[in-house]
Amino acid sequence: MNLTLNVWRQKNTQDKGGFKSYQVSDVSADMSFLEMMDVLNEKLEVQGEDPIHFDHDCREGICGMCSMYINGKPHGPQQTTTCQLHMRSFKDGETITIEPWRAAAFPVVKDLVVDRSAFDRIIQSGGYVSVNTGGTPDANEIPIPKKIADEAFESAECIGCGACVAACKNASAMLFVSAKVSQLALLPQGQVERKERAEKMVAQMDAEGFGSCTNTGACEAECPKGISLTNIARLNREYLSAKLTSENV
Amino acid sequence: MKLDSKIPEGPLAEKWTKHKFNQKLVNPANKRKYDIIIVGTGLAGASAAASLAELGYNVKAFCFQDSPRRAHSIAAQGGINAAKNYRNDGDSVYRLFYDTIKGGDYRAREANVYRLAEVSVNIIDQCVAQGVPFAREYGGLLDNRSFGGAQVSRTFYARGQTGQQLLLGAYSALSRQVSTGKVKLYTRSEMLDVVIVDGKARGIVTRNLITGKIESHSAHAVVLASGGYGNVFFLSTNAMGSNVTAAWRAHKKGALFANPCYTQIHPTCIPVSGDHQSKLTLMSESLRNDGRVWVPATKEMAEKLRKGEIKANDIAEADRDYYLERRYPSFGNLVPRDVASRNAKYVCDEGRGVNETGEAVFLDFRDAIKRDSEDVIRARYGNLFDMYQQITGENPYKVPMKIYPAVHYTMGGLWVDYNLMTNVPGLYATGESNFSDHGANRLGASALMQGLADGYFVLPYTIGDYLAGVPATKVETTAPEFQEAEKAVKERINTLLNIKGSKTVDHFHKRLGKIMWDYCGMARTAEGLTKAKAMIKELREEFWKDVKVVGTNEELNMSLEKANRVADFLELGELMVDDALNRNESCGGHFREEYQTPEGEALRDDDNFAYVAAWQYTGDNQPEVLHKEPLAFENVKLTQRSYK
Repeated sequence: MNLTLNVWRQKNTQDKGGFKSYQVSDVSADMSFLEMMDVLNEKLEVQGEDPIHFDHDCREGICGMCSMYINGKPHGPQQTTTCQLHMRSFKDGETITIEPWRAAAFPVVKDLVVDRSAFDRIIQSGGYVSVNTGGTPDANEIPIPKKIADEAFESAECIGCGACVAACKNASAMLFVSAKVSQLALLPQGQVERKERAEKMVAQMDAEGFGSCTNTGACEAECPKGISLTNIARLNREYLSAKLTSENV
Repeated sequence: MKLDSKIPEGPLAEKWTKHKFNQKLVNPANKRKYDIIIVGTGLAGASAAASLAELGYNVKAFCFQDSPRRAHSIAAQGGINAAKNYRNDGDSVYRLFYDTIKGGDYRAREANVYRLAEVSVNIIDQCVAQGVPFAREYGGLLDNRSFGGAQVSRTFYARGQTGQQLLLGAYSALSRQVSTGKVKLYTRSEMLDVVIVDGKARGIVTRNLITGKIESHSAHAVVLASGGYGNVFFLSTNAMGSNVTAAWRAHKKGALFANPCYTQIHPTCIPVSGDHQSKLTLMSESLRNDGRVWVPATKEMAEKLRKGEIKANDIAEADRDYYLERRYPSFGNLVPRDVASRNAKYVCDEGRGVNETGEAVFLDFRDAIKRDSEDVIRARYGNLFDMYQQITGENPYKVPMKIYPAVHYTMGGLWVDYNLMTNVPGLYATGESNFSDHGANRLGASALMQGLADGYFVLPYTIGDYLAGVPATKVETTAPEFQEAEKAVKERINTLLNIKGSKTVDHFHKRLGKIMWDYCGMARTAEGLTKAKAMIKELREEFWKDVKVVGTNEELNMSLEKANRVADFLELGELMVDDALNRNESCGGHFREEYQTPEGEALRDDDNFAYVAAWQYTGDNQPEVLHKEPLAFENVKLTQRSYK
C-alpha cells in the first residue's frame, strides 16, 4: 500500500516544530508500524536527511518506550503499543498523522521523542516497598489469596509508556500513579507504607505538572495494557483515607 | 597470562559460605567513601545498584534508555527458577545445580553454578518482599510451572511477564535508593569506554545521548551489567538497542572475552515474515508445557500446506509427526532449547517446514484446549496468545502457532572469576554480560535467576573484598587517563560522522547479521566459518569507508548511536567466528556439523575442549590470543547429554 505521513518534526526542546509530509510506498500489511518508519528513515538517511527520531526498544510491547500519537490516538487505532500496531490496520492511500505525546510534564526532546522522567520521579517518591536486600521472610510465609494476587498483578502490568497522559485532555497521570499505588495497597507487603505512599506519589504527580483527573476514562480506553479505571477509584480512596488519618501534619 | 578463577577450596556445598566468611569487609562508616559505577539497569544492574547503595556505597547507575525500567530484562516472559521445592517433587539445590550443569552441556564452572542454585531461593523471598505479584494458587501460596531441561516444577512466574515484574521490583528498589541520594541515575547515557588507572578500572567515559556531550565519571570500581550481544545477528529477540559496546570497549582495554561463540537460539519465536523485519518475537518456552510441536509426516503434505491447498487442522493425527515426543520420549516437548531448535532446523531442512518460507513448525494447543478448556489455556498464556495474534493476524486458539528458532541469548561474555571480576582489577561483569553460569546452553528461566543472583546476592559480598584493599582516595576526571579516553571516543565519533559514505548503518548491520546467521548460527562448519571470517573482515573495511551517518554529535542522533554499536559488532562477529572455529566439538548451542553423534546430537570432546576459551585483544586487526581455563568436574560425571 501507499501512504502519506504527516509527521511532527522538532529539532530539539527549544525548537518550535511543525508537521512535514512524507510519501511511503510498497508498505506490506505484515509490517509493524515502526518497521514502516524504519523503511522511511532508511530512505531519508540515504538522501542525507535527518531520520525521524522516535523512541522504541523491545518491539514486543513491554518496555513502554515507543510513544507515537497516531491519527489523534496514543499508539494509534488499536489498543496496543505502537510497536505492536501492524500496517494491516491501515488502508491504501490513507494519510496518517504522527505526533509526539503532548503534555507539559513530557517535554519534546526531538521529533517524536519526549522526556518521561517525571514518571521515574513519581516512582522515586514512594512507588516501592522499603525492604533492603537480604533478611526477608520465606516467600510462602504470607499467603496471598489468588484473587488479590491476580488483581495486584493486573495493576502491576503498567508499562509506564505514558499513553494515559497523552490520551487525557488534562494530561493527568492518575492512571499511572493509581496502578502502582493499587498494586502495593492490595498486597500485604505494601501495607506498612500504604498511607505515606499514596500521599507522596500524589504530591509528586502534582509537582511534575500533570493535570487533574475528571474521570473521563480516556486513559483506560487507550491503555495498551488495559489498566483499569478501578485503579483510579482505589487511589482516590487510598488518598482520602490517608489524608484523613495521616500522621504527617 | 594465568587465569585464576579464584574458586574457593573445600566441598562444593560449603564453598560459597566459606568464601563469604573469608571476604574482607569495608566497615559501614567507610563504605560512603567509595563510589561504584554500574553500567546497565536491567535485572543484574538494577539489583546491584540498589543492594550496593543500601550497603552504603555511592552508586552511579547508567542506562541508554530513557528510564531504568526499560532495560531488556523487562521482556523476559516465562519465569525464574529457584530450588524452593515447594512442590515436594524432588527438587533441591543440588538438582538445580545438576540440571544447569547438564543443560549447559558441561561447559560451566561447577562452583559458580552451585552458588547460583544456592542463592536462587533467596531471590524469590526478596522479590515477594518487594511486592512482585507472582502467580499463586487458591491456597495463597506460590505457583510453579515446568520449563525445558528439568523434570521438576521449579519455575516461579507472573503470567507471561515475569521479567517485567522482577525488573519493576528491582527498579523500585533502585528508585528508593535514588530518592535517598545514594544512587545517582544517568539515563540516556551510553558508556563508550572504560578508564584504567594504574592497572585498575577507575571510571568510564559516556556520551549523553541528548546533548552529545562526552563525559567522564570516576569511581573505585566499575560494574558492567550491560546485557548480551545477540544483536550481532541483526535479527534476534533482543531489544533494538541491546548492544555489545560496553563489554567490547572493556575487552579492548584488556578484559578477556570468554566463549563468544556460545549463542542460544530459542526454539519458539514467531517466524520471519519479510525483508522489512526489524526484530523477532519470542513466544515463551512455557508454551511448550501445553503446546505440542509437530510438522507433517511427509514432504508432500508440507508442500501442499505451504501452497495453501490444505490447512493445518485438516491434517489427520496419523499424518502429524510430533518429532520431539517421538525422538525424546522422556522429555518430549520440554527438551532444552538447543535440542528443540536443532530439531526444528532438521525437519525444515527435510522440506517439512509449514509456512511460505519453509522455515516454521507448528506449536499446537488443540489437545490442551480439548483437555483443559480454552479458559484455562487463556489464563495461562493469554497475553502470549494475544501478542501472537497481533503480530501474525492468526488466532492460536483456533489454528496452531507457527514458530521457528531465533537468536535469543548469549552465554558467552566477559571472562570473570568466582567474584564476578574480570581480569582487569576493579572491573566486574554481571548478568548476561559475563560468561559464567550457563556453559554452552542456558536453561529456560535461568537468565532472570542469574541476573538477580549476581546483583542481589553475589556482588554485594565480593565487591567489598576488593574495595577493602583499595584506598578511598578519588581519581579526578582531569587525570590524563580520562582525557585520553575522552579524546579517543571523540575521534571515533568524528571519524564515523565524516566518512559520509553511501550506505546506512542498518545496511551493514543486516549484512553482518546474515553472515552470522548463515555461518555462525544453528549449525556451523569449519568451511563456512572460514568463509565468514573473510566476509566479516571485508564488510568491516567497507563499513569504515562507506557508511553514512547523518547529523552531528551535538544532538540526539540515533544514526550515530547505531553506528557506534555496529562498529563494535563488526569486530565481535569475527571473534565469535574465531572461537567457533577453534572449538572443534559440538556442545550446547555451539553445533559444529563435523562433530555429531550418529543420531545427530552434539558430540563433545571433553579430552580436548573441557575449557573456557578466553580471548585477549592484542590490537586492531591483530589475531586475538586464546587463554584456556580448564574446567574441573569434581562432583558431576561428564556424560553424553541425553533427554531421550
